[in-house]
Amino acid sequence: MYRYDDFDERFVRERVAQFRGQVERRLSGALTEDEFKPLRLMNGLYLQLHAYMLRVAIPYGMLSSHQMRQLAMIADRWDRGYGHFTTRQNIQYNWPQLKDVPDILEALADVEMHAIQTSGNCIRNVTSDPFAGVAADEIEDPRPTAEMLRQWSSLHPEFSFLPRKFKIAITGSPNDRAATRVHDIGLRMVRDADGNPGFEVMVGGGQGRTPMIAKVLRDFVPKQQLIAYLEATMRVYNLHGRRDNKFKARIKILVHELGIEEFTRQVEAEFAAMDLPAVSPDPAEWARIEEAFTPPTYAALPEVSPLFVRAYETIPEFAAWADINLMPHKAQGYAGVTVSLKPIGGIPGDATSDQMRILADAADRFGFGQLRVAHEQNIVLPDVPVNDLPALWRMLAAAGLDTPNRGLITDIIACPGLDYCSLATARSIPIAQSISERFADLKRQREIGPLAIKISGCINACGHHHVGHIGVLGLEKHGQEYYQITLGGTPEGDAAVGVNAGPGLAAEQVPEAIERLVDHYLNERLDGETFLKTYRRLGHDAFKGALYAAG
Amino acid sequence: MPLVDDRGFHGDRWRHIADDEALPETGDVIVSQGRIAEALARPCGRVGTELGPDGDPEALVPHFGDLALIAVTFRSFADGRGFSLARRLRALGFTGELRAAGHVICDQYPYLRACGFDHAEISTDLAKRQPEAYWLQAAKSITLGYQRGMARSTSIFDGRHPAERRLTA
Repeated sequence: MYRYDDFDERFVRERVAQFRGQVERRLSGALTEDEFKPLRLMNGLYLQLHAYMLRVAIPYGMLSSHQMRQLAMIADRWDRGYGHFTTRQNIQYNWPQLKDVPDILEALADVEMHAIQTSGNCIRNVTSDPFAGVAADEIEDPRPTAEMLRQWSSLHPEFSFLPRKFKIAITGSPNDRAATRVHDIGLRMVRDADGNPGFEVMVGGGQGRTPMIAKVLRDFVPKQQLIAYLEATMRVYNLHGRRDNKFKARIKILVHELGIEEFTRQVEAEFAAMDLPAVSPDPAEWARIEEAFTPPTYAALPEVSPLFVRAYETIPEFAAWADINLMPHKAQGYAGVTVSLKPIGGIPGDATSDQMRILADAADRFGFGQLRVAHEQNIVLPDVPVNDLPALWRMLAAAGLDTPNRGLITDIIACPGLDYCSLATARSIPIAQSISERFADLKRQREIGPLAIKISGCINACGHHHVGHIGVLGLEKHGQEYYQITLGGTPEGDAAVGVNAGPGLAAEQVPEAIERLVDHYLNERLDGETFLKTYRRLGHDAFKGALYAAG
Repeated sequence: MPLVDDRGFHGDRWRHIADDEALPETGDVIVSQGRIAEALARPCGRVGTELGPDGDPEALVPHFGDLALIAVTFRSFADGRGFSLARRLRALGFTGELRAAGHVICDQYPYLRACGFDHAEISTDLAKRQPEAYWLQAAKSITLGYQRGMARSTSIFDGRHPAERRLTA
């Protein structure tokens, strides 16, 4: 993985010192709260309902075991012994004190981490496929480009006061596991006719109160020109994005109002006027970063592991976990493992400091010391020898980390909601918990098959409800929480925004309503049909009818 | 209004002349774009103009030879259009003084410089809350940046490859 050099180290240390000064000036009154706000936000510090919340960047979701242990230490020393992994592959601490935050940032810098630009109207932490570099279906590893983007976007002098936040996602695989089409910019790796790597650049996707699927800005930008092309795009947005209305300030609105043709024309004109050699990082720099992502030295392993086969045949719980939580790996005899942070009835994405340390130990013992955070709020061990899977599973099971539910109905995405967040209009966590409990039976979950439930506690859609097969949006009216159900969303290749099914439901009605949707699907599905496929075949009204059928 | 640059606070030798105000015979003046010709016709004194956040840098290109200063205005420090306008003005070939005028705060000073500004003109109120020492401190708070093609001595991307740079330079 990428390691800081002296430049990165100095850069991050200077940033910590700068923030320490800003905190002191805020406490002395030299900075007003209005002026401090964007500065603290650009260091990931929010003011929430009960306390400050610190969001730490995990660039493209990649962590070493050493870094994971430091995250556990921070949770113990400055928080309440746990952290929350988010849909943007970050970790959030819910209870830090303002005066401690510079020390926390210092502790992060000690392990080559930071909280730069995890919030604020700037380019946010770049997200990617949690299986980047190991997936069997990959064209090329997108992480070197993601790391280049992390560096390029860090404290960008021109793009730190944008009209609104800006999110970039990147995938190296045709099977999009990074939700690129619902980002401000989505980058999908492609090759040109001569086999040169580059990117399809998509723009103007996003969720929030106006969900949109991104449009293609350019079908091929050579890798070497990507930074310049993004600068051109960002400049058009910075100059012309709306600043009169916070709710219309994202790039998707600009693209929508100008039309993709006119937006493209402006970007191409800006790009044509740029001095490419002056702006683009040197090929030697690309090569340096690429070298940091050289794959680990995989052992030559046999295709079949007798140890695995024996465990699979004799321990049904292990077999279920192996069926559900593994991903094919490009190297023979290895697997990608999803460690679910969605125990039945648990809080999606939460991990205790003890669990973090066990994950770090597991990565050291079985997976080259590497971990990933998936946007589904789970942890991935990307490179585990199949032979070691039974031992890994036992270790995880002892810590309550063996839930076999990746992609199933209880693998629920949920934002923190009104239990923590000052923007929320309703609670998300208890809804997730009650759905999870209702569908706890694994046999039934497996019978239902892939089904993504995503819950947001407000219109900002941090819980990605727009792209849930079943989305749940928490709202509030006259002091009463209620929940709107959307159907048919997906962030993948054939990305679609879910359609609102109608009047909202009370919290206690939600699990039953979902049960009716699931029953309808199970009754109507054809052989091998997933929920989403059946929904698309039968249409919205059929499921809407089921949703509101008298219980 | 106080000016601030790399060396600290200064008095302003430039005067902003409102559109309904008579032009002084001499002295350096900042006028609206419509009055550039009138200001140039004076016997002496340099001429600058303002570019608002909605302004079009291309429209100023014909005047680049005559203008000693362009003041890019910031309505709020959170409105970052001025950063892009400065980069455009520099890319279009403006070599005179570039001023950031309005609400900018000391934490933005390194960004302003990197985007091509020479100095900032701030309000007396802000200068009281954020005195000279803060600006001097902010100017050297972040000494490194990754991005290339900015108006600063070097980028980290270049610093890592001094040999290659020399070969291609």
